[in-house]
Amino acid sequence: MQQTLRQRLEILADAAKYDASCASSGTAKKNSLGGKGIGSTEGMGICHAYAPDGRCISLLKILLTNYCIFDCHYCINRKSSNVARARFTPQEVVDLTLNFYRRNYIEGLFLSSGIVKSANHTMEQMIEVARILREEHDFRGYIHLKTIPEADPEAIHQAGLYADRISINVELPTRAGLTRLAPDKDEAQIEGAMGRTKARIIEAKDERKRFRHAPRFAPAGQSTQMIVGADDANDTAIIGKASRLYGAFGLRRVYYSAFSPIPDASAVLPLKRPPLLREHRLYQSDWLMRFYGFAPGEVADATEADGNLPLDIDPKLAWALKFRESFPVDVNRAAKEQLLRVPGLGTTAVARILAARRHRTLRLDDVARLTASIVKVRPFICALDWRPTLLTDRADLRRLLAPKQEQLELF
Amino acid sequence: MAAQKISGPYAALGAHYAVHLPAPDDFAFWRDRARGLIQCDVPPDRVSWIEPGGTGDLFAAEGPSRSDKRMPSPPADARPVRASQHFLTLARRAALHTDPARFGLLYQVLWRLQQGPRLMEDKADSQVRRIEELAKAVRRDAHKMHAFVRFREVAEEDGTPHFVAWFEPDHHIVRAEAAFFMRRFANMRWSILTPRGSVHWDGETMHEGPPARAEDAPGDDPVEDLWRSYYASIFNPARLKVGAMLSEMPKKYWKNLPEAQIIPQLIAGAQAREAAMVAAGERQERARPVTLAEVAQGAAACRDCAIADCGTRAVVGEGPHAALLMIVGEQPGDQEDVAARPFVGPAGQLLDEYLHAAGIDRASAYVTNAVKHFKFTWKGKHRLHQSPSAKEIDTCRWWLDAERAFVRPRIVLALGASAARGMLGRTVSVNQVRGRPIMLDDGAELWVTVHPSYLLRLDGVARVEQAALFAADLAAVRERLGAD
Repeated sequence: MQQTLRQRLEILADAAKYDASCASSGTAKKNSLGGKGIGSTEGMGICHAYAPDGRCISLLKILLTNYCIFDCHYCINRKSSNVARARFTPQEVVDLTLNFYRRNYIEGLFLSSGIVKSANHTMEQMIEVARILREEHDFRGYIHLKTIPEADPEAIHQAGLYADRISINVELPTRAGLTRLAPDKDEAQIEGAMGRTKARIIEAKDERKRFRHAPRFAPAGQSTQMIVGADDANDTAIIGKASRLYGAFGLRRVYYSAFSPIPDASAVLPLKRPPLLREHRLYQSDWLMRFYGFAPGEVADATEADGNLPLDIDPKLAWALKFRESFPVDVNRAAKEQLLRVPGLGTTAVARILAARRHRTLRLDDVARLTASIVKVRPFICALDWRPTLLTDRADLRRLLAPKQEQLELF
Repeated sequence: MAAQKISGPYAALGAHYAVHLPAPDDFAFWRDRARGLIQCDVPPDRVSWIEPGGTGDLFAAEGPSRSDKRMPSPPADARPVRASQHFLTLARRAALHTDPARFGLLYQVLWRLQQGPRLMEDKADSQVRRIEELAKAVRRDAHKMHAFVRFREVAEEDGTPHFVAWFEPDHHIVRAEAAFFMRRFANMRWSILTPRGSVHWDGETMHEGPPARAEDAPGDDPVEDLWRSYYASIFNPARLKVGAMLSEMPKKYWKNLPEAQIIPQLIAGAQAREAAMVAAGERQERARPVTLAEVAQGAAACRDCAIADCGTRAVVGEGPHAALLMIVGEQPGDQEDVAARPFVGPAGQLLDEYLHAAGIDRASAYVTNAVKHFKFTWKGKHRLHQSPSAKEIDTCRWWLDAERAFVRPRIVLALGASAARGMLGRTVSVNQVRGRPIMLDDGAELWVTVHPSYLLRLDGVARVEQAALFAADLAAVRERLGAD
C-alpha cells in the first residue's frame, strides 16, 4: 500500500527522535535580504516548540529513509528490526522544510538517514537535499547533516559546504562496545572522518581570512553523540572519551543520549534503562570541562568507587566534597578560576562577584544577592563577615547539601 | 540629590511638565525629551510621562492640560547628557515594557547617571535592578515572539501567497521585532497581527497597521496537520518531562500554537506508549535450562515469537551430549517437523552424503537448528518454507545457546547465513567468512558454509562449483577435527 506523505513523516520523524541534538545556534550570521529565498540565522538558536518530553523543537529532524543495511543493536532502524519502513525523495524533504520554515515552525533541517545501497549513495541523496535547498531555493536557514563515516571523504566535504553543522556519531564510548553492539561500524573509520572534518573546518576558516568570498565549511562546527547505558562503560570512560573528542577533533558539542527502551529491542541490550539523571550528570560534567576549567582527570576524580558520578548530587559538589582542602574560597580575593570551583556559583554569579567587588568588600548578604542560593554556597566561601570554619570539616556535609530525598507517604 | 539642585534658568521654578508620548514604544521621542529636560535641570519628580490612552502618574492629574506646549528649551551652553552604552541598550528594551512607570524610571536613572556615571554597575541598586528586570521581560517576550509566531497561508487575489499570523505579545515589541521577520522572510509576503498593532511586509516595504483582532487572521492552514503529526512523532514518550516543557512554553501561548492542541492527549497517552514499547522489547525471564531435556520442554512451550504459534512442534538437536562437532542448520522443514528430528528431509539426506564423503560421522556430531520451529506459508496443501527473520533468529538464540552451553563442542559448523547469525548475533556474508575459522567467546571454532538446500536449488555448472566448495569446507572441518 502506498504510504501518504503524512504517514511517512510520522515514521521518519519517529525514527529520528533518538538523536539528542536539536541545536540551531553558533553558526555564521546570515539573512535573506538581497537574496531570492528565505531564511536567517542570527547566532542564537530559537526553540520554536517544546515537546512534552521537555526537549526543544528547533529543527525539522527527520531521516531521509529508515531502511538500513547496518545492524546496530541499540538502533531502532537496524536491519533486523521490525519497524515500519519509509523513504522520502530529496524533493519531498525540501518541500517539507520550506513549508514548515515559511510558517515559522522551524529554524531549519536536521537530516539523517539509514544507509541504503551504500554509504556513498546515501550521502549523495542527503547532499542533494541540501543542494536543492541552498542552490535552487536560496535557503539561508540552518542545515545540520548527519554524515556517514563510511562514505567518501569527498562526499563529506560536499556536505560541509552546504551545511551549517555536520555530525558523525561515535555511538559508544568504548571500542569493545562498538564491536559488540554495532558490528558494522569501525572506530578508526569514525575518528578518521572526524579528523578530516576538523582539518577542513580549519582550512576553510584560514581561507576566509585571506579571501573574503572563500566558501564556508560547516560554520557551526561538528558534533557527535554517545549512547549512555547501552554497554557497561562507566562515567569515567565516557568523560575520558568526550574530552579526547573535544581535544583531538575540536568538537562543538558531545551529546549524551540515555539509552531508552526502543520498540522491538535487540536481545543483546540490557533490559534496564539507565536513569535519565545519569545523562544529566554527564552533561553537567561536560559543562565543567567546557566552561569551568576542570580537566577531564579532575571530573573523573569526582566519581565514586564504581567510576560513575554520584546521582544524588551534582559533579561539582561531589568534587568539592572530595577536595575540601581547596575550600573555603575568599570571594573578595580569590581568582576567577577558584571562584568557578565553588558549588553553587555559576559563570554569571562569578562575573557579578568580580564586578561587584571592585566597588565594595563583599559581605555574605551581598553574595546572597548575587547568587541563586546562598545556602549551597555558604560552606565553601569566606566573606568579610563570614567564615565557615566548622561547616567545611563536618563529616555529614554531603547529607546537609544533597537535595532531600522525598519521603513516600502511606498510600 | 534632586533637592540640592537649583533649577536652570529656562525651566520655570516648581513647574510640572507632562510629556505625551506619540506611541507607547517611541524610545527615540523619550530620549529626545529626556535629554532636553535634563539639560534644563528638571528633576524626575517634576516630570510625568504619559503614553497614548494613559493617565500618567498621580502627579500628572494637574499637569497635562497646561504643560508640554511649553517644554523648556535648554541653554546653548548646556552640558551634554551622558549615559553608558549599557544603560542605552537596557533602556531601549525596557521602554517597550507595558509597565506605565517605565519612562519615569528611565528618567530617574538617567538623572542619577549624570552624577554617578558608574551607577549601572551597582547591581544591588533597586532602580538598576528594576530596569534590568523590565529589559529581561521584554527580551524574553521578543524571543518568544520569534519562536511562537505561526503563519497561515492565504492566497491573494493575484494568486501570490500571503502569510498571516496572529500573535499576542505581552509588551510593545511588535514594531521593534518586525525587523527580525523582515530579515528572515525577506522575499515572502507576510503580516503579523496583534492586539497592539500590526505590521505588513510586501517583499519591499514595511507598513504598520492598527491593532487587530484574532478573527482578522486566517483560521486554518492544511500544513498544520503535517506539523502536528511531526510534533507527535518527534516526542519520546519514554522521557516525559512536562515541567520542563511548561517552563519554556507556558500555557498562555498555547491557544495560538497549532501543535499545542494535541499536548494533553500526548501526555495522557505517554505512559501507555512507553509501557507498550518496553513490553514489546521484553522477553519472559526464565531460568536457563540445565539439561537437554529441559531445552526440549522449554522450546516446545516457548511462545516468544510468532513462528511458535503455527501449530508446529519444536525440533531440538540430537546427538551425543559431549560431541566435538556441532552442526547448526536454519530451521526444521516440513519433514523434520513431522519426524521431530533435525535434517531428515532432502537437505538432510544431501548433508549426510557430503558428511560421509568428507569422512565425518554424523552420529558423532550434535545436529541442531538456529530456529526451533518450522516457519511456513500454506500454498495449496503444501507448507512452503519461509526464512526466519533476524529478530526471530535472535529470539531463538536463547535455546541454541543453551544447547551449546550443554554440549560444549570444540567446533561448530554453521550451515547458511541464518545459522551463522544464530551463532554470532550479527549477519555475515557466507562467501566472505567461509573457509576459515571464527573464534567464539568460549574458545570454540565456528566454521560457516552454505546450507545444503542451497545446492538443491542449483543445477548445471553452478551446482558443480558450489558442491566442490561445500565439500572443501567440510573437508577443512574434518581436518580440524582430526587435529584434536
